[in-house]
Amino acid sequence: MTELWERTAADLASLIASKEVSAAEVAESCIARTNEVEGEVLSYLTLTPEAARAKAAEVDAAVASGEPLGPLAGVPMALKDIICTAGIRSTAASKILDTYVPPYSATVAQRLYDAGGVLLGKANLDEFAMGSSTENSAYQVTHNPWDLSKVPGGSSGGSAAAVAAGQAPFSIGTDTGGSIRQPAALCGVVGLKPTYGLVPRYGLIAFASSLDQAGPLTRDVRDAALVLQVIAGLDPKDSTSLPSPVPDYLAALEKGIEALKVGVVKEISGEGVDPAVQTRFREAVQILEKLGAQVGEVSLPTFGYGIDIYYLIAPAEASSNLARFDGVRYGLRVDGADVEQMNRATRAAGFGAEVKRRIMLGTYSLSSGYYDAYYLKAQKARTLIARDFARAYEEFDLLVSPSAPTTAFGIGEITDPLTMYLSDICTVPSSLAGAAAISVPAGLSSDDGLPVGIQFMARPLDETTMLSAAYAFEQELGPLPKPPLWSQS
Amino acid sequence: MSQRDEGLVSSDQTLVTTIGLEVHVELKTNTKMFCGCPVGFGGEPNSRVCPVCLGHPGTLPTMNEKAVEYTTKIAMALGCDIAPRSLFHRKNYFYPDMPKNYQISQYDLPVGERGSLEVEVDGEFFTVGITRAHLEEDTGKSIHVGGGGRIHDADYSLEDFNRAGTPLVEIVSEPDITSPAIARAYATELRAILEYLGVSDVRMEEGSMRVDANISVAPPGERGRKVEIKNMNSLRSVYRALEYEERRQREVLRAGGTITQSTRHWDEKAAKTQELRTKEEAFDYRYFPEPDLVPLEPAVEWLRQLREDQPELPIERAKRYERELGLTPYDAGVLRSTKALGDLFEQALAAAKKADAKQVSNWVTNDLMGLLAAVPEGTKNPPLTGSNLAELVDMVVEGALSKSQGQQVLQKMIETGRSPRQIAEESGIKQVSDEEALEAAIDAALAANPDVAERLRSGDNKPFGFLMGEVMKATKGQGNPKVVSGLIRKKLS
Repeated sequence: MTELWERTAADLASLIASKEVSAAEVAESCIARTNEVEGEVLSYLTLTPEAARAKAAEVDAAVASGEPLGPLAGVPMALKDIICTAGIRSTAASKILDTYVPPYSATVAQRLYDAGGVLLGKANLDEFAMGSSTENSAYQVTHNPWDLSKVPGGSSGGSAAAVAAGQAPFSIGTDTGGSIRQPAALCGVVGLKPTYGLVPRYGLIAFASSLDQAGPLTRDVRDAALVLQVIAGLDPKDSTSLPSPVPDYLAALEKGIEALKVGVVKEISGEGVDPAVQTRFREAVQILEKLGAQVGEVSLPTFGYGIDIYYLIAPAEASSNLARFDGVRYGLRVDGADVEQMNRATRAAGFGAEVKRRIMLGTYSLSSGYYDAYYLKAQKARTLIARDFARAYEEFDLLVSPSAPTTAFGIGEITDPLTMYLSDICTVPSSLAGAAAISVPAGLSSDDGLPVGIQFMARPLDETTMLSAAYAFEQELGPLPKPPLWSQS
Repeated sequence: MSQRDEGLVSSDQTLVTTIGLEVHVELKTNTKMFCGCPVGFGGEPNSRVCPVCLGHPGTLPTMNEKAVEYTTKIAMALGCDIAPRSLFHRKNYFYPDMPKNYQISQYDLPVGERGSLEVEVDGEFFTVGITRAHLEEDTGKSIHVGGGGRIHDADYSLEDFNRAGTPLVEIVSEPDITSPAIARAYATELRAILEYLGVSDVRMEEGSMRVDANISVAPPGERGRKVEIKNMNSLRSVYRALEYEERRQREVLRAGGTITQSTRHWDEKAAKTQELRTKEEAFDYRYFPEPDLVPLEPAVEWLRQLREDQPELPIERAKRYERELGLTPYDAGVLRSTKALGDLFEQALAAAKKADAKQVSNWVTNDLMGLLAAVPEGTKNPPLTGSNLAELVDMVVEGALSKSQGQQVLQKMIETGRSPRQIAEESGIKQVSDEEALEAAIDAALAANPDVAERLRSGDNKPFGFLMGEVMKATKGQGNPKVVSGLIRKKLS
């Protein structure tokens, strides 16, 4: 028998709306499943079962009284712990925010609550979303449900693992240079990074403001569309949020892929990508062709500079964004002889090594005398990348590449930060271009049996085309086998 | 140091003073620059704060449109070029009263650039260039308690974020100012303009207008070392501080010394500037474009409308009073010193039935100004209406009140806000011009003082005043002095 925790968000929403099951039953199923595997996976930093039960009861009351229900009424979810939730500790996986309980909720969280979403807990991440393995969390390392000795990817590793382990039907992550897509690929789930500005950033603890976007991690493409529908759209609290109307993403799913022009990014299909990943990716491309897509190769000459540009821009913004953590108003405070000493002691104790490294990098690239050579030049190069993408989109409707150069690597395996940074070579360029992208499972590697993802990249605000192609691909490929942890119940 | 050695300074032609002013003005918008908290002064600490202006994680700024409008109005009034596209930057530095540890400010693309301001000192006009006018957010306030009372030696520090995020416009002048008097005139004129535009309270004592100066003294053609002066909390202290500093630098240079580039603090009580820090280590603010805001691109139509709606500026108003009403430059200067005063004058003039511009103006500049000095914010918010003022001046012109009675009534008008006619009636203040009644009083006074009558008749005019006084006393001060003196003269001739 299929357990409730195994179902997709769309299924659960319709089961609850049609009174076949109660929101309470669904919540209890997910809570039980979470408790069952959490000791091995460690997806969550904070669990909120009481709040979940209360919310589920509210939904059940609404169902009973025939009130109109939100599209996610009674559907459990996990939020990356970089998303502020009123009254619920939000740490960004940093010791500096160990005690921080936000007085307000992020727009994304509020929209999900309003749609009836039931919060199960706050998911682990790399501290301040800085990392690609979730090993930079100040609290715990999340384990990949496919192989507990492997990382789940990052920085939204907890969000991806929770969905893959059956703890939550969907979760929200944030993606700055690949932090939704790479862990989605490594955990065998769907991860969607919306066009910059589509989903409001208000309430996301900022890492790199010009790149950060929240998006869904789900078990299938339909759920990604369903959740995106809820969280997308203009927010007056975010000046960079886009005013364009939100299309009907679910309706777009069935459009198919026939006659779509799909460009395979030459720069990221060969060298630097594991042969086993390449194999699955090539097969995925063949499926697209089989479905009627017109596939060709496209070259984005600046694609290879993505990581360099990203590591000048993102740390620069981070160095400024993280200045507010000074012990004065909230979070950790370590005493010092005067205010400046207090600031220093607090930041020294509160930030982890990778965060400090990026603050240093960013401070350097913004410094007088270096600004032109580093930050400004990186911004110009970023424009060139966006131009390369725009040129590619003149010829192609979608671009595809592997979502990550490797499958999940071992916990503790990568110690060199530069090697770790290369985990994002596939995802960083489209982040810099501000475009939409999604990672969809493309099968398991013949090497290690771990999931491989294919990334679809679309024109800015063309999530509909991207979703319809991803959906068609997913339908054709058929479901992945479940992770070993799945049957353990 | 309070006595200026005019001769010494003005005869020293070998040194030139160069001053530039940086003025910060808090805008009186309803809400803060980037959040919905109300803007205000004082109040319970941290009572006007929210997650945004406290810099909570995840919060984002949203632009206050009114603040942009006010800044644009200021830039326009100062004749600046309005940027078709202006940008916000982050100015990064740590300070406990700055919630985000960066200030959202403007850098290379401010709202307005390249303006100018005309100021007058003793009938001479000077044009001071305006480098830029830009919009930024204010910080909170730190109170350092115990120890030395400063951030590094206090026992502890308290932070009040009520002011944090208040929209602030920075107006930077070119180094065109060559004397403390011109600097004061510039600050005075700027304050008047801002008051006319209705964009700020411009209260220097409350910090809603803050003036910092850069001053250097050097031989002509050479560049001096800039000294920045802070903590000048009134227009008077702007003048005094710069005068002190000009003199100090001259003395140092004449003694063969050199000026250190530094920031100095004006101590009003001690009447001197004191070194705060030397600028050997330059701050690196790591400016970069604020990624949380989009560029400002004002619509052409919006700008046109703002230009059209721009009120008459103080200097234009003064010129109009001189040209159209024949007022003296001094009177016109007083009348235009605040918008409210000029408005009051114009309303009174429009309502006056008998009085002319000169008469109304005299009442404002001579009598009203003295009385308003005792009223807080009196010239910005005079507690009387134009029509009441007109009625008063008319009553004096008609002879219903003597001048001194008029002054009494005006005092009561300011205290009560009531009309002069009401006040005069209720207090029984009126001028008696009825010759019969006055003659009786004169006769009685002459009869009571036969020697006075005698001396006056014999051509000794000295006791005339005494007699006037006796008659006025007898009429309880209500006798029309003109009529009384005429009658006395007639009687004794």
